[in-house]
Amino acid sequence: MSDWAVDVRDLTRVFGSFTAVDHVSFSVPRGEIFGFLGANGAGKTTTIRMLCGLLLPSEGNGTVSGYDIIRDYEKIKLRIGYMSQQFSLYEDLTARENLEFYGGIYGLTRRRIRERIAETLGSLGFSGHADTLAASFPTGWKQRLALGSALLHEPAIVFLDEPTSGVDPVSRRSFWLLIYRLAERGTTVFVTTHYMDEAEYCNRVAIMRQGRIVEIENPQRLKERYGAATMQDVFLKVVRGEGQ
Amino acid sequence: MNRVLMAIFRKEMIQIFRDPQSLIIVLVMPLLMLFLYGYAINLDMKRIDIAIIDESRTPESRSLVAHVTAADFFHVTARDIPTTSIGELFNARTARCVLIIPGDYASGLAAGVDPQVQLVIDASDPNVAGFITSYVGEVAAKEGAPTASASPALEAAPSLFSVSPRIFYNPEMRSTVFYVPGLIALILGLITTVLTSIAIVRERETGTMEQILVSPARPRQIIMGKILPYTLIAFIDGLLILVVGSLWFNVPVKGSFLLVNLMMLIYILAGLSLGALISTRVKSQADAFMRAQAVTNLPTMMLSVFVFPVSSMPRMFQLVSAAVPATYFMQIIRGIILKGNTISDVLPQAGILLGMDILLVALSVRSFRVRLE
Repeated sequence: MSDWAVDVRDLTRVFGSFTAVDHVSFSVPRGEIFGFLGANGAGKTTTIRMLCGLLLPSEGNGTVSGYDIIRDYEKIKLRIGYMSQQFSLYEDLTARENLEFYGGIYGLTRRRIRERIAETLGSLGFSGHADTLAASFPTGWKQRLALGSALLHEPAIVFLDEPTSGVDPVSRRSFWLLIYRLAERGTTVFVTTHYMDEAEYCNRVAIMRQGRIVEIENPQRLKERYGAATMQDVFLKVVRGEGQ
Repeated sequence: MNRVLMAIFRKEMIQIFRDPQSLIIVLVMPLLMLFLYGYAINLDMKRIDIAIIDESRTPESRSLVAHVTAADFFHVTARDIPTTSIGELFNARTARCVLIIPGDYASGLAAGVDPQVQLVIDASDPNVAGFITSYVGEVAAKEGAPTASASPALEAAPSLFSVSPRIFYNPEMRSTVFYVPGLIALILGLITTVLTSIAIVRERETGTMEQILVSPARPRQIIMGKILPYTLIAFIDGLLILVVGSLWFNVPVKGSFLLVNLMMLIYILAGLSLGALISTRVKSQADAFMRAQAVTNLPTMMLSVFVFPVSSMPRMFQLVSAAVPATYFMQIIRGIILKGNTISDVLPQAGILLGMDILLVALSVRSFRVRLE
């Protein structure tokens, strides 16, 4: 098994005449927090969807968790967690029922589901609210619950697609604490965001522009190279095509 | 891997029963449809406008008029108008037929000469015209009978044979008796198809389907996990319209009630899996609803034996009709309810329906895409 959590070459996806992702190549070592930055429409979501097996690449190939993304996507599914932009929860189910469902479709036993729900509710700070309908939670809570759902089966890699969009700064901060705790336990975290302050928390970031990766580097080194104080400045310079 | 199926099943059940409002709609809508169709579709002829010209004006002619108008079949709109105005009468649609009793009616009867009573019919609707002809003929024959016995001369000329029909299964020839079992097939077909197609497409709309697609859940688990919970709901629906239809429209179940239910279950599965198949091809709930209606209501009304006999259809429509599950279920349910058919009578149709169930489930599993477009 390869040491890479994600390893792709020339990954490309075309929708009609529009090339959403254009020959993207990168590798993510296991245990890393890998940030995927870019403006809306830069191709972040399309890339994540190809890695999760939701979309077939038009071109290119690669592996996730050591398995071929085209041939072995059924094996990949057991080893990854995915949280989409809209926090796919069932609003008419309680927190516990949502977790039970997501545990169930990963084939966990009822006993294992019970154990994992107890752990998850505790670590997310949901104790006491387990039997509240998801619809009545504030956005920050929904986001944490969606993360809990995506992690119930303890995946080796978790793909988070703009997990903090529309969430207040305090919730964003506590969400990132959860991400750190995940990485400490060896889970690879692949996260897209358009908040540049969040980029500072990543081990490495890739910056996408018009379907291509234009920078892939440690945030600290990027700032030094661009002579910028914050990732925000780096991002603006990269996107405007300066300093290359 | 049945844990996956169970997880989807359980979740679906919770959602169904958590929302009493939509549950009530699902249970009440079929009943509303039953009453709507039950009263709207009625081919029994009643109150047909008739004009009567009695040139005889005798007790005998009045007796004939009384008999013709005794039942609710006719509604007299004009009397003793000049025969020249019949055309205007038909054009103005004030009458659909005119009964003309000649001046020599009574004397003719007494003399034993066949009196020529004339019936003028507006046959622009040939069905109605047919009904009128046979109804008046029947009454006239009865009317002639007592008179005939009074005059032995008429009895001397018997016809070579006579046809006396005996009507089986629906002796009063009420069309509701024929329609109510068909309505069960019609309504259940639509409801079941809508239920699953919407249940699956809704998840696409809310984005939860994407979350299921990244999980290892297989298409067959997803499809069956959706079909099974709705089998229960659809079965309750079927039972409701069967019981209410039977009691309210006075259509007793002659055969085994249990057998009707068993057949209903097989039929429900066909509709539910058809809905699942539709859902694999559409993106919005509205689209799913439209398509469900297009593939159930229209073919069921037109092409199954709901109204029109299949044998009189063009060959191509007969083929389409053979592909509509409702065609078989209608034969089955009419057989059991009206004729008291047993399981061996309905076995061929039940076998075809079961085959359709398996085919439709297999097709929807095959066409369910685990990737987005």
